[in-house]
Amino acid sequence: MVKKKDFSAGLPDPTPLIEDIVSKYPSKIAKKRKKGMVANDPEVDQEVQANVRTIPGIITQRGCTYAGCKGVVLGPTRDIINLVHGPIGCSFYAWLTRRNQTRAAEGEDNFIMYSFSTDMQDENIVFGGEIKLKQAVREAHALFNPKAIGIFSTCPVGLIGDDVHAVSREMKEELGINIFGFSCEGYRGVSQSAGHHIANNGVFKNVVGLNDRPRKGKFQMNLLGEYNIGGDAFELEALFEEVGIELISTFSGNSTIKSMEYSHTVDLNIVMCHRSINYIAEMMEEKYGIPWIKANFIGAEATSKTLRKVAEFFDDAELTAKVEEVIAREAAKVQVVMDAIKPKTEGKLAMMFVGGSRAHHYQELFKELGMHTVSAGYEFAHRDDYEGRKVIPSIKIDADTRNIEDLTIEKTEKEELWREDLIAKKAKLEKEGYQFSDYEGMMPEMEKNSLVIDDVSHHETEKLIEFYKPDIFCAGIKEKYVVQKSGVPLKQLHSYDYGGPYTAFGGAINFFKEMERMLVTDVWKLVDTPWKSEPEIVGSMTINA
Amino acid sequence: MRKVAIYGKGGIGKSTTTQNTVAGLVELGKNILVVGCDPKADSTRLLLGGLAQKTVLDTLREEGEDVELDDVVKPGYGGVRCVESGGPEPGVGCAGRGIITSINLLEQLGAWDEKYKTDYTFYDVLGDVVCGGFAMPIRDGKAEEIYIVVSGEMMAMYAANNICKGIQKYAQAGTVRLGGLICNSRKVDNEREMIEELAKKLGSQMVHFVPRDNMVQQAEIHRKTVIEFSPEHNQADEYRALSKAIDSNEMFVIPNPLEIEELEKLLIDFGIAN
Repeated sequence: MVKKKDFSAGLPDPTPLIEDIVSKYPSKIAKKRKKGMVANDPEVDQEVQANVRTIPGIITQRGCTYAGCKGVVLGPTRDIINLVHGPIGCSFYAWLTRRNQTRAAEGEDNFIMYSFSTDMQDENIVFGGEIKLKQAVREAHALFNPKAIGIFSTCPVGLIGDDVHAVSREMKEELGINIFGFSCEGYRGVSQSAGHHIANNGVFKNVVGLNDRPRKGKFQMNLLGEYNIGGDAFELEALFEEVGIELISTFSGNSTIKSMEYSHTVDLNIVMCHRSINYIAEMMEEKYGIPWIKANFIGAEATSKTLRKVAEFFDDAELTAKVEEVIAREAAKVQVVMDAIKPKTEGKLAMMFVGGSRAHHYQELFKELGMHTVSAGYEFAHRDDYEGRKVIPSIKIDADTRNIEDLTIEKTEKEELWREDLIAKKAKLEKEGYQFSDYEGMMPEMEKNSLVIDDVSHHETEKLIEFYKPDIFCAGIKEKYVVQKSGVPLKQLHSYDYGGPYTAFGGAINFFKEMERMLVTDVWKLVDTPWKSEPEIVGSMTINA
Repeated sequence: MRKVAIYGKGGIGKSTTTQNTVAGLVELGKNILVVGCDPKADSTRLLLGGLAQKTVLDTLREEGEDVELDDVVKPGYGGVRCVESGGPEPGVGCAGRGIITSINLLEQLGAWDEKYKTDYTFYDVLGDVVCGGFAMPIRDGKAEEIYIVVSGEMMAMYAANNICKGIQKYAQAGTVRLGGLICNSRKVDNEREMIEELAKKLGSQMVHFVPRDNMVQQAEIHRKTVIEFSPEHNQADEYRALSKAIDSNEMFVIPNPLEIEELEKLLIDFGIAN
């Protein structure tokens, strides 16, 4: 087994490592890839290349636009039929793979366990698939009687020019339920990120604001960018309920289309995943004047911070007291587990390449265990997720971005829905130093000389492992076994490897125990074959003269 | 069996030329299968005496998997076996994919079975090579010799050159070769010389120069090839000559498409300059 490196005096400058990594690439590719690698300095503004096309031939972690739209954003919503227009594979391989959990009330619709597809055949490609799509919509409606149907375009739909929007309008008219389509063909963007944006646009245009339900709670809030993987949203729902915050809708873990329809009646939006759902938060502010803040519920400290920030916004003594009470009680529980596990994990090294937020959020949990994140990066994030929202005006708008519709949002015509009170509140709080609509990104919170890499490739992954010899690597299923073959355990941060929840206080405890399980075991030292270091059979030879 | 595909700019007279050539070959005693690869399904009209043909794709849609060869192959002039691949209405679906499907189906149904003793298969392909589907006949060895119908008009020559790029691409991996250019005259100045020169530059030949004659139009109105409609006419002899030229052709090459500048220079030298 390889000897661990000692980084207790600080991380080494990774510049020679970057040079070594790119030296294997042809010069043009090396030049391009180098822009996506930064030796981090939290004190300095550094630019990292992100959200640009992956170089063909490089084994990327990224997914497609359809995966981002159907799989990530709309997938976890239980009372909509997500009908995929395309050949069956796109449906089958997106069927229940993200471990989005949901809890339907008695008698409530739940279609999550189904996979709906038009199952396009050769004939539908040649003659067009619109007729089959209409049949599928009618059939789904007749069988399940849903409130809404979303139609998702796969690659061939864009190639043959089927108009899913026209079909949606026609079927909406015919069946009298909400039906809308997404032009989220897999090839449409640089990564799944394009699909998130397309989904945000579609949900905002076709769902948000359909029902101006009267207020139910004193403090109304939406949770954005929480997909309830492994039950993450359940943890948060319990937390909000206890402190007395009315969670109106989550986009989109454990959610319903019904709740999204009146999600514009909140006082505040809190955004977990800044990459996949920030668009809706921004559009709600433009249309209704509802402010948004960035939230992080990964890690006990981060959870406390976010809860306090929410309480500060609502500015209510009872709520604040309740929040403090819950924090005190739960943080103590976390502390006990942390104290027991931290001695075993202190000083160990982690590495994570995942998501558009997770590679940032999970660093909190490792920090709480006394571990160092030596290298991290996102799969599909944009520059603002690395460097903070301050860089947004300087992000180059390229042709790939122009390919996605950017909605122009106008102030709502319903006067009672325009929240002048919240605008005033925001202005007042901002004066006191409260941060709205802000995200500082991952890089300012990472250690000096940690290595930031966007859209890491397999070659780069191997080089990183060779150099840092991390104790744990966080990514997804595509990377899992390759990484583990080199004797490094991999924790999936997409599906949680059948574990979770990892949010809030209870989640932190789960994660700490999981890390103890993965990091303390000696099993990874046995990855190398025994005969690599010593011979299995020893023989001798006698020569007869 | 010789496997021939006819390409060329839209409206240049591919279908007319193909069917008249086929009629000429029939007179030479050849067994021929014509596969129309145009969603309009008008490639066999002159051989069948009208648009009497049900297309492969329509049949496939209506009959499902139980298609039989007789459902899609119709005997026409002189026993020529005629097939129309068919395709979607304009603006819908993917016609290129349709051609792939229909040729595969014909193979599956045994359209080229030994018992038919087919001497020639002609693929009459829509317009320019617009996408992978329309290139189907020149892929996978479906067609092995290509003739491009061209005239002295600039856009027709551009298209011919472009088709050569497609042939070049597939020739490197397979057996397809350019058999030559067929000049379907539009009475452009120095047309014969210019097309001969273009053919030479492409590394090929002009197999025949078909003069423009109103008889072609008359025969078409009567849904017949010139050879059938007016066998004694000069134009019928022109097509017979073309058929013989193809039948005796032994020059099959991988073309060298021209650079645009070179092509334009050709036009200036032979056209405008004169």
